[in-house]
Amino acid sequence: MEHATTLDHTEDVYEPSLTPDSMGKLGMWIFLVGDTMSFGALLAAYAALRAGAGVVGWVPPSEILGINLTAFMTFLLICSSVTMVKALESIQNGNVSRMCTFLGLTIAGGVIFLGLQAYEWTHLINHGLTLTGIPDHGLSGAAISGSTLFGPTFYAITGFHGMHVTGGVIYLIVILIHGLRGRYTAEFNHEVEIVGLYWHFVDLIWIMVFTFIYLL
Amino acid sequence: MAQDGHKEHPKYMNIFWWLLALTIIEVAVAIPDYATLLKGILLIGLACSKAILVANYFMHLKFERKTLAVIVITPFLICVLLVFALMPDLTSDTRHEGIEKPAEVADTSAH
Repeated sequence: MEHATTLDHTEDVYEPSLTPDSMGKLGMWIFLVGDTMSFGALLAAYAALRAGAGVVGWVPPSEILGINLTAFMTFLLICSSVTMVKALESIQNGNVSRMCTFLGLTIAGGVIFLGLQAYEWTHLINHGLTLTGIPDHGLSGAAISGSTLFGPTFYAITGFHGMHVTGGVIYLIVILIHGLRGRYTAEFNHEVEIVGLYWHFVDLIWIMVFTFIYLL
Repeated sequence: MAQDGHKEHPKYMNIFWWLLALTIIEVAVAIPDYATLLKGILLIGLACSKAILVANYFMHLKFERKTLAVIVITPFLICVLLVFALMPDLTSDTRHEGIEKPAEVADTSAH
């Protein structure tokens, strides 16, 4: 009896040791933690520059950017996150073809997202939002001089995120090819979980970018 | 650990509806043309709730060992510190002083 309680106690104190599966997951998590700092630094720089320009020195982003399109892009990424968890759920139940379908849908979501971002960038560049200038909306001199920093920060942050989505799509395609060749089973599927972690992180970052750049 | 986490799947569709609802609320909060502290706090609060939902359920952070959560929370805290560390340099007063000073130096050297 006394022996049993001691065992329970040790279970509470010590967490289970790492297995080869969870080591891969830990590796991805640590990479994502570092990546969070990259995005954090970019967003902090944006916030500081905007605060430095003051209220009159910064054009409200909603006057330059379209919220409807990006709200749809946010929705798209959330959907692709759902298909990603469904893919993982499928392979954990041993259903390979269902996993491949959901991985395909996730990739499609990422590709459409990138297409919409390319469309948005083209549109903005044509309307004068470049690395050195902003569209002229009859702004005062102070607003124009402060807001010229909007272009570079906007393209740096959304571009860095877009690169992550591109990388994620390539990563997902590799996993899908492995899946089609029958690499994953109900017992061996941690690689699918790891690509999922990366993909959800990209979604999570977009949620932050959408709020800080487009809405605020 | 892995096995424990996988046995009980969270209801992913519920999380999806929550995320969708929070996004709609966010856009609704953002569209009216006013810039107040309340709007900022609401938007950041909503974004953080969405991020926590994604991390906890889609990334299964809620079902992982607690040490991992500690590792993950650290950079977010550092990012918040980073913003506050940058602020004093860029408040409007110090910024204008910084711009004026080099101009004076340039004038004296010309004479």
